[in-house]
Amino acid sequence: MSLLEMKHIKKSFGDAEVLKDISVMVEEGEVLAIIGPSGSGKSTLLRCATNLETPDAGEIYHEGQVGLVFQNFNLFPHFSVIKNITDAPIKVQKRNKEEVYEEAKQLLDKMGLSDKADAYPYQLSGGQQQRVSIARALAMKPKVLFFDEPTSALDPELTGEILKVIKDLAAEHMTMVIVTHEMDFARNVADKIIFMDKGVTAVEGTPEEVFTSGNVRMREFLGKLSAK
Amino acid sequence: MAISVMLGKLMEGMGVSLAIFVVTLLFSLPLGLLVSFGRMSKNPVIRIFFKLYISIMRGTPLMLQLMVIYFGPYYIFGIQNTPTWKYGATAVGFVLNYAAYFAEIYRGGIESMPQGQYEAARILGYTKSQTFMRIILPQVMKRIMPSVTNETITLVKDTSLAFTIGILEMFTVAKALASSQANMIPYVFAGIFYYILNFVVAFVMERIENKMNYYR
Repeated sequence: MSLLEMKHIKKSFGDAEVLKDISVMVEEGEVLAIIGPSGSGKSTLLRCATNLETPDAGEIYHEGQVGLVFQNFNLFPHFSVIKNITDAPIKVQKRNKEEVYEEAKQLLDKMGLSDKADAYPYQLSGGQQQRVSIARALAMKPKVLFFDEPTSALDPELTGEILKVIKDLAAEHMTMVIVTHEMDFARNVADKIIFMDKGVTAVEGTPEEVFTSGNVRMREFLGKLSAK
Repeated sequence: MAISVMLGKLMEGMGVSLAIFVVTLLFSLPLGLLVSFGRMSKNPVIRIFFKLYISIMRGTPLMLQLMVIYFGPYYIFGIQNTPTWKYGATAVGFVLNYAAYFAEIYRGGIESMPQGQYEAARILGYTKSQTFMRIILPQVMKRIMPSVTNETITLVKDTSLAFTIGILEMFTVAKALASSQANMIPYVFAGIFYYILNFVVAFVMERIENKMNYYR
């Protein structure tokens, strides 16, 4: 069963055509990684999928709650860690308070942050903040969890801890769509990879297929990466 | 006149000044928020109306505004002023004027909020009013506190402008006493009164700021 279907999505900002007829499908339990050069439209695609942007044309279908983990976390600074996680389930989903707190504590445990429940975001490292924001997204019980370059604002040391969390979620068959610059990670974790270039899907397939593809732009992109 | 008698008269003036201060603050703070919404409205008619309102309130002397509000009903509509209207006019004038200043302070605070806060709230399903009340406003309050303090201190001193339409507030009383008694002491008391009131304002506001400093 596909949990997300995007068909023929187009989106322009003024004269800049950012998405030119792009279609994406995500099956339940699948991990999709979206890679590609800056300005290729990856983030815009994600923003369309999560309703933060309205596409100019095309259809989007998704089932149930979606979650989004931002590049710069966007935690609520005036809420403690536990409140960041529990506020929306209680106030928006109107779920039972004790139950939500119980689940939030389990989530913090899972994220290795059980001692940080009463801390405020400013007291945490970037990696810890990002783990809180993942917990906040998970507390809403999303059907699909989106990540918008979740490690781009982190230094390499902290990147690893976030990638591990995502890997663990993949092992639990969480359906995820991840925009990332971490090629090795995409290769290891994703079931399917989309390589975007200039607003279209240039290459799509399993990690093997995509990384061995003969597509010129893909080869250039990988070449530039390995030259670094 | 004995000093104690002067003090008694000054006290009455203080009460009036304090009343202007409290009423103005109580009504202009919430009204200012509504005005800032109007000023930021997507509807151009509403937006321009409030822009004009703010521009006039900030661009003309409060003294003149008080006179227009006090005499306006008579000169424009021929309505006879009642003896108590000067109190009403003072309240209306001060509230309208200060709401304009507070509106711009709110707007500055609201517009300084990062877009990411709205996006995070939206993804989590908060309604627009929940987003504003739970996520945005508390953070805006913290950001604008120093400007609000500034404006509140100005208000304490501005209460003396009510003399324009014959309100016997603190400074009017002090001036009358000083000239009738040929004595400068009432001015000294007036100065001390304004200073103490502002000292209290600054103290209270600092306490509030410190309370909001539990996060960054």
